[in-house]
Amino acid sequence: MSRRITLSLNLPLRLALRELRGGLHGFRILLLCLALGVAAIAAVGSTRAAIEAGLAAEGAALLGGDAEAEFTYRFASDEERAWMDNTASAVSEIADFRSMVVVETPTGPERALTQVKAVDNAYPLVGTVVLSPAMDLTAALGPQGNTDNTAPGAVMARVLADRLGLVTGDRFRLGEQEFRLSAILVKEPDDAGAGFALGPRTLVARADLVNSGLLTAGTLFSSKYRMTLPAGADLDATRAAALERFENTGLRWRDARNGAPGVASFVDRLGAFLILVGLSGLAVGGVGVSAAVRAYLAGKTSVIATLRTLGATRAVIFQTYFYQIGILSVIGITGGLVLGGVAPVLLGPLIKAQLPVPAQFTLYARPLAEAALYGFLTALIFTLWPLARTEQIRPATLYRDAVGRAALPRARYILLTVALVALLVGAAAMLSGTVRLTFWTTGGILAALLLLALAAALIHALARRGARLARGRPALRWALAAIGGPRDGALSVVLSLGLGLSVLAAVGQIDGNLRAAISRDLPDVAPSYFFVDIQRDQMDGFRARLNDDPAVSKVQAAPMLRGIITRINDRPAEDVAGDHWVIRGDRGVTYSANKPDGVKLTAGNWWAADYTGPPLISFAAEEAEEMGLKLGDTMTVNVLGRDITATITSFREVDFSSAGIGFVMSMNPAALSGAPHSFIATVYAEEAAEAAILRDLAGQFPNITAIRVRDAIDQVAELLGGIANATRWGAAATLLTGFLVLIGAAAAGEPARVYEAAVLRTLGASRGRILRSFALRAALLGAAAGLVALLAGILGGWAIMRFVMETEFAVIWPNALIIVAGGVLATLLAGLAFAWRPLAMRPAQVLRARE
Amino acid sequence: MSNPILSLNDVSLSLRSNAGHVDILHGISLDVTPGETLGLIGPSGSGKSSLLMLMGGLERATGGHVQALGQDLGAMDEDALARFRRDTMGVVFQSFHLIPTMTALENVATPLELAGAPDAFDRAAAELDSVGLSTRADHYPAQMSGGEQQRVALARASVTRPRILLADEPTGNLDGTNGAAIMDMLFGLRDRHGATLVLVTHSRTLADRCDRVVRLRDGRIDLTAAT
Repeated sequence: MSRRITLSLNLPLRLALRELRGGLHGFRILLLCLALGVAAIAAVGSTRAAIEAGLAAEGAALLGGDAEAEFTYRFASDEERAWMDNTASAVSEIADFRSMVVVETPTGPERALTQVKAVDNAYPLVGTVVLSPAMDLTAALGPQGNTDNTAPGAVMARVLADRLGLVTGDRFRLGEQEFRLSAILVKEPDDAGAGFALGPRTLVARADLVNSGLLTAGTLFSSKYRMTLPAGADLDATRAAALERFENTGLRWRDARNGAPGVASFVDRLGAFLILVGLSGLAVGGVGVSAAVRAYLAGKTSVIATLRTLGATRAVIFQTYFYQIGILSVIGITGGLVLGGVAPVLLGPLIKAQLPVPAQFTLYARPLAEAALYGFLTALIFTLWPLARTEQIRPATLYRDAVGRAALPRARYILLTVALVALLVGAAAMLSGTVRLTFWTTGGILAALLLLALAAALIHALARRGARLARGRPALRWALAAIGGPRDGALSVVLSLGLGLSVLAAVGQIDGNLRAAISRDLPDVAPSYFFVDIQRDQMDGFRARLNDDPAVSKVQAAPMLRGIITRINDRPAEDVAGDHWVIRGDRGVTYSANKPDGVKLTAGNWWAADYTGPPLISFAAEEAEEMGLKLGDTMTVNVLGRDITATITSFREVDFSSAGIGFVMSMNPAALSGAPHSFIATVYAEEAAEAAILRDLAGQFPNITAIRVRDAIDQVAELLGGIANATRWGAAATLLTGFLVLIGAAAAGEPARVYEAAVLRTLGASRGRILRSFALRAALLGAAAGLVALLAGILGGWAIMRFVMETEFAVIWPNALIIVAGGVLATLLAGLAFAWRPLAMRPAQVLRARE
Repeated sequence: MSNPILSLNDVSLSLRSNAGHVDILHGISLDVTPGETLGLIGPSGSGKSSLLMLMGGLERATGGHVQALGQDLGAMDEDALARFRRDTMGVVFQSFHLIPTMTALENVATPLELAGAPDAFDRAAAELDSVGLSTRADHYPAQMSGGEQQRVALARASVTRPRILLADEPTGNLDGTNGAAIMDMLFGLRDRHGATLVLVTHSRTLADRCDRVVRLRDGRIDLTAAT
């Protein structure tokens, strides 16, 4: 920069620019730490924005129309259908339910759970169904085979066809109706909007189910009416009109602005969570930035003292280095934004291929701005104290070591740091939309940092004491003396590596415990099968098969209806219970004349077995307390379009954690038994007997659907595995940042080790012995970092499991030991990588240069 | 006798370090008159440099009073001291202490910039010329010899025309020829601008070029003699 230009800048900025002319050589770690932390957050945010944009752009396709009306266990009434036909330019009706695909094989029938979508001729209103071999959906669902052996066509997901060994042209049954597989379903445009499904998809024409025995009164199904609205239709007004007329009949409304609410909410939450993991990476980077700034300013002590001698005030000095670090931060953060913004765009096609939902990869300003904000705040928080310490450098440093011990900076800097941390946490809470999770994460990071700082002080003190005890073992004594020496290398190593390892350890413990809870513990208490859609007249035969089987330990069965709570004490339910999950959507309702065995009432009384008066209700105690209900309150529940207003006469304990039958609401029989409904049953049996039970029951009652709980658990475990993997990637970025900081610390300590090695070799130490000492030093620090991380990880894991998941916690030891080993290995590698030069240089060369 | 430009009254200096408490100077009383040249001599560790640093406000006395130009340095805070030095003093060190990231010209201009002088670089260039280094203006310290670096340091110390020049063994890191040239230059600058010069040196010969010599031993004034 020319002198004329620099003269127009203020003095501290001029001085800063002069200092930076030497290049960015000493700032690689600072730049990398910031860039990596910002890039991770920017990449997660950009990917989330890409998916959100994809979901928004293809909302109509995902939903299957501009708007959708959904009913539970029933089709639309004539009045409802008429309203839809009048409002929309096109309407498509589908029914969605679970059933069993049955294939006859030489060894007997094979069965598999499937999620059936029964469609009409208008389906799909938006988008295209992709089939293999390529063909038209109408043709694929039309009659198949020659004239004397015809069967309606059906298409199914490849995973289901493969599981049953079906190829196109093969036959299978749904209920009592035979179908012929005409093609493999490659893509259904509205699959992401359907939410979580236990079975792979089978697509049939609804008209072909007439003789199947499925979709009869009381069957568990939902009907969906997708509508194409006239151009320019006001979505809000249409929604309001629909809800005004039909909300009380159980109609649920969605429109294309949020075509896949489940996916959108999942992506939003997972994205928020990963950004918080990214923030912990940035905190690790912050430790590295702080260490780099401290090392840089330590090298600038004489320059600062000289400037002070020449008359520079503390403000001039602070601003000079503030500008320098500020300029470097801008470079690092910009690099991170470029990397985090561009990488998802470049990898877009690859990511798209892996995603089950649409995404539009491009540069999004908001996630980049968010990442930049976090980057700047982190850089400020972690550099303010080292910068403030420049004020403590006195001119007398020029002729003696007059730098005081690390005193606290002036109050203004402490207050500013607290304010910046509050701003960062506030921004994260606001931008992520998950206040509770943000505070948990922040608390976790701060607690881990505090624990690690205390551990660093303890390690320092122990090493000093240990060095005295290790007399006679030179390599160990040198290692301990170096760790316990006046330089503060130990602190940054323990903090940076330890924080990275803490996050990884916590993720490992939480993931391991969740998996254990779901995959190992749940099957022990959960039933073997759920059977749904059992008709009332099938219950005796159903029980008869199971009661005679010694392998069956318990059978629970209950009538099952679904209802939406619309009013409480004659006020809209949401006015009383807010956003409680029980009033969101429909809930299972049952009835029982007598109090079922094992049910414990916490308040009130069960009705008389022959009670036939006005409807009464027994409500789940915990949920009632959360919703503020009391005995005597009235509740209006819409069941199959009919409002039933019942009085709460008792509260009872309901345990949802054992995957048994748990109903929030149970009514007296007279209130519900007239409505069409089916039964649900849980069967607890030995694993070896499960196949025979399924074969017999499904053979005898083709319409009922069996859900194997182990399969459902596997599916949930797989989903959790995916989340844990995503989290692990986030934690890996944190760990990589930690490793960078580690390398920075090792590089910063290299000149000291060069000198130390030269002196030791002059005194007669062999290179092998010095190398052993260096390796010991690194391994001891790594082990300490690993152990502290383990403690922090276990504490974090325990806190999340205990207070968030409200379940048991047990330490996952294999994971824990890997963490400690990882800590040792990482520091050893970084330490040894920077040991070669000290050992390779000739002592005379080093010592002469020192003079 | 005119009022002293530097006045030390029963000054002591103790430092606390990890190794314990160290007494550096005891009961030093000394006046320096305007325009005088004073040589501070004594064996290593006798407290010469510390005494010089006290005079420049670079170190704070733990007992007694240090006055410069009639002002009590002990009453000033760090920033006031920095401004006072900027306006009234020039300091030369044995190890030069040039700022390695600045060119010779920028090093010399820095005190003027700190003082807000609009013509900082023109004056710095003239000062560099006066020490014979106009051709080295754009060189960095690492590109110059020790003698050249000390000449830059001299130019930097004198460019603000300070009333007081403090020099801490300015030839300690130089060979005989360069050392002699630097001393000639230092005394020449002092003569031209009429500054008061306090010089710490091990060399009796150099000290004899001063108007007065003070010898220290174990942190006390051992001898004061006119030359």
